[in-house]
Amino acid sequence: MAEAAAHDHHDHRPHGWVRWVYSTNHKDIGTLYLIFAIIAGIIGGALSVAIRMELQEPGIQIFSGLAQMVYGMQGDAAIDGGKSMYNAFGAAHGLIMIFFMVMPALIGGFANWMVPIMIGAPDMAFPRMNNISFWLLPPAFLLLLSSMFVPSSPGAFGPGGGWTIYPPLSTAGSPGPAMDLAILSIHIAGASSILGAINFITTIFNMRAPGMTMHKMPLFAWAVLITAFLLLLSLPVLAGGITMLLTDRNFGTSFFVPDNGGDPLLFQHLFWFFGHPEVYILILPGFGIISHIVSTFSKKPVFGYLGMAYAMVAIGAVGFIVWAHHMYTTGLSLDTQRYFVFATMVIAVPTGVKIFSWIATMWGGSISFKPPMLWALGFIFLFTIGGVTGVQLANAGLDRSLHDTYFVIAHFHYVLSLGAVFAIFAGWYYWFPKMTGYMYSPVIANTHFWVTFVGVNLIFFPQHFLGLAGMPRRTVDYPDAFAGWNMVSSYGSYIAALGVAIFLYGVFEAFQKKRVAGANPWGEGATTLEWQLPSPPPFHQWEQLPKIK
Amino acid sequence: MRKFMAGARFLAGAAAAGALLSGASAHADQPKPWEASFQAPATDMMRQIEWFGNYTFAFIVVITLLVLFLLAYCILRFRASANPVPSRTSHNTLIEVIWTVGPVVVLLLIAIPSFQLLTAQYTPPEEAKLTVKATGNQWNWDYEYQIDKSFSFNSAVLQDADRAKAGKEDRNLYPRLLAVDNELVVPVNTLTRVLITATDVIHSFAVPSFGIKMDAVPGRTNETWFKAEKEGLYYGQCSQLCGKDHAFMPIAIRVVSDAQFKTWLETAKTDVPAANKALMAKIDGTNKVAAAGN
Repeated sequence: MAEAAAHDHHDHRPHGWVRWVYSTNHKDIGTLYLIFAIIAGIIGGALSVAIRMELQEPGIQIFSGLAQMVYGMQGDAAIDGGKSMYNAFGAAHGLIMIFFMVMPALIGGFANWMVPIMIGAPDMAFPRMNNISFWLLPPAFLLLLSSMFVPSSPGAFGPGGGWTIYPPLSTAGSPGPAMDLAILSIHIAGASSILGAINFITTIFNMRAPGMTMHKMPLFAWAVLITAFLLLLSLPVLAGGITMLLTDRNFGTSFFVPDNGGDPLLFQHLFWFFGHPEVYILILPGFGIISHIVSTFSKKPVFGYLGMAYAMVAIGAVGFIVWAHHMYTTGLSLDTQRYFVFATMVIAVPTGVKIFSWIATMWGGSISFKPPMLWALGFIFLFTIGGVTGVQLANAGLDRSLHDTYFVIAHFHYVLSLGAVFAIFAGWYYWFPKMTGYMYSPVIANTHFWVTFVGVNLIFFPQHFLGLAGMPRRTVDYPDAFAGWNMVSSYGSYIAALGVAIFLYGVFEAFQKKRVAGANPWGEGATTLEWQLPSPPPFHQWEQLPKIK
Repeated sequence: MRKFMAGARFLAGAAAAGALLSGASAHADQPKPWEASFQAPATDMMRQIEWFGNYTFAFIVVITLLVLFLLAYCILRFRASANPVPSRTSHNTLIEVIWTVGPVVVLLLIAIPSFQLLTAQYTPPEEAKLTVKATGNQWNWDYEYQIDKSFSFNSAVLQDADRAKAGKEDRNLYPRLLAVDNELVVPVNTLTRVLITATDVIHSFAVPSFGIKMDAVPGRTNETWFKAEKEGLYYGQCSQLCGKDHAFMPIAIRVVSDAQFKTWLETAKTDVPAANKALMAKIDGTNKVAAAGN
């Protein structure tokens, strides 16, 4: 009896490396995901800074030297190798930021940490599957990184086909093993995400605390539920598409080879059937985070809760039937283009509902401008800019001039780099005290915000001008007339890189100073369940399930 | 500070660009330093695209400013120090209907001219009088004139070493990365159909000032058309990632008078370089006369 009592009080948690490698605890796995995302983000960011350094001036300056250093090429071979290396950097930047930074941070990190707590569940539905979801990512990431160091075609290294890996450039155009490694990397990262999606759907449907009906569920949980469905339905299509690439490359099939009855455009349809929902996968969890932050710091409940939830459902559903707006210039028939213009424009309506509802949440509130709120405000404004240029791009007639130019680069970085990434930092500064128990320095957090805000706008706003003037994307060099705005854009990227350094210092400083945050540092506005737990929460929470009124 | 400096340079650049524009705009359509808008249209289609771009731009500027204004108003009016007691409002059916129906109306206003523009792009006003086929290769273009006795030639980026020999030393008229060895020559005011395909990987045939962009996909022939309104030299670039030298496969179209085109065509059927030489000499001569006349 005494032994049993002692056993009950015994600390069950494993220690040392076993705790992390064997972990089945959603909070530990969430932490692993967040650390992974930070590391991948630094690498992916460094690639983009190298790209901007190259584009700072016309001509080829950086990449011929890099090819010399990394691949040991000389003379003209170094210049040619450098051009290919630039393409590989572009592809790797995109793949890393999407699959290894934004998705792990928002879904693996914040959703893993907070969804079970928010819905009053002790853990995820399938804790061991949660473990494998995470541990598939490091090998996937290593495959992608190693692909940068193996040949793709004679005299070239790395998968240089962009993140969209269109055939025939990704098949006959790059016969070396680099592309195979990249494809396998996406396969494994995709499998990881599918398992994670199954886990979230099961958890949210089955493990809500008594009284937590779907219509009382926090918006972040709604966002993650919808995101999980998008992942579950879209990733298998990508997996199919890239498997066909793999067999075209290695086993003599000809799905995408026109000489043998295949069609290169088939891949584009498959890819974008995944690729378009994917961009909503990247942004929807951010929508959820922003809703909580705006509500918390306005000390008001979210305005139009049901509208907010079903706007996300609508965005997710319509997101599946707009894919070919990425393909207006491929030779689609007039009627096909008309349909995709129409369907794409429809998405602007639920998105508008979200923007206006955030503002209405602030309206009449008592707003305090803590760092998370600053990032959330930045998100709302910058996401609006990216959204309205999206409305322009939806029009096939206008997209004729803008497709595959820097205007598109500016558009999707405004919604992703300035949208999703701002949401990630907003979430970071919102939940960091909850996850660690420590409060960061608000001065450093605010500095991080302003430096990043100036930096990223300086990078991406001038790219609208470059795109209008006709500068094609994915070029290592450009006509001299484009030099001016490219220089501004490159300076912006150095400022943004400084922002990352400030962020890392802020994390270091918080752990060093160990300011105790308390269970709820944000006050009465923070109403979701995670703020009822101590900071950091116990290893297993809700052993007594919370009752939701 | 950097932002300010960039602004100052922008002004200086804009002034320089303006000076340049007034000097030599008649000859060529190409990107200009510090340009922040579309290149000047050289076809009616591009003029329509530009109009529609400006039209939608008006809407999105108003929407963005509205959001910015509302955010600023909330920040000032509802900051904790100005409004210590928050309201508990979380529903208002009327406003929710308004901000759902409002965007629908805006989208309709955008959609009507959008569909007209799209339809116009696929409805050439008349039968094409000339058909050329552009075939993308890594990393150059083949142009085939589909006339009674069809002929073709290759068009690749102009190497610096070849400038003197080609008589293309003027870097304003023949800019780095835009100039080619053999331009596609077409007559002015003539509806030209372009058939577009590729031999190896996907490329894209794009000429910004004409308002055309069409992917060159292996195994498929795409079609677009243009009707250039003014004689001159017009530039575009391959607009689909096609490998190592994607940045180095420009598209250059020389629009000439009917008579010049006929003369050029006769020679070009057998000797393209000679035809180009003769054409350039003639155009340069005309320009010099025009300059002297001024």
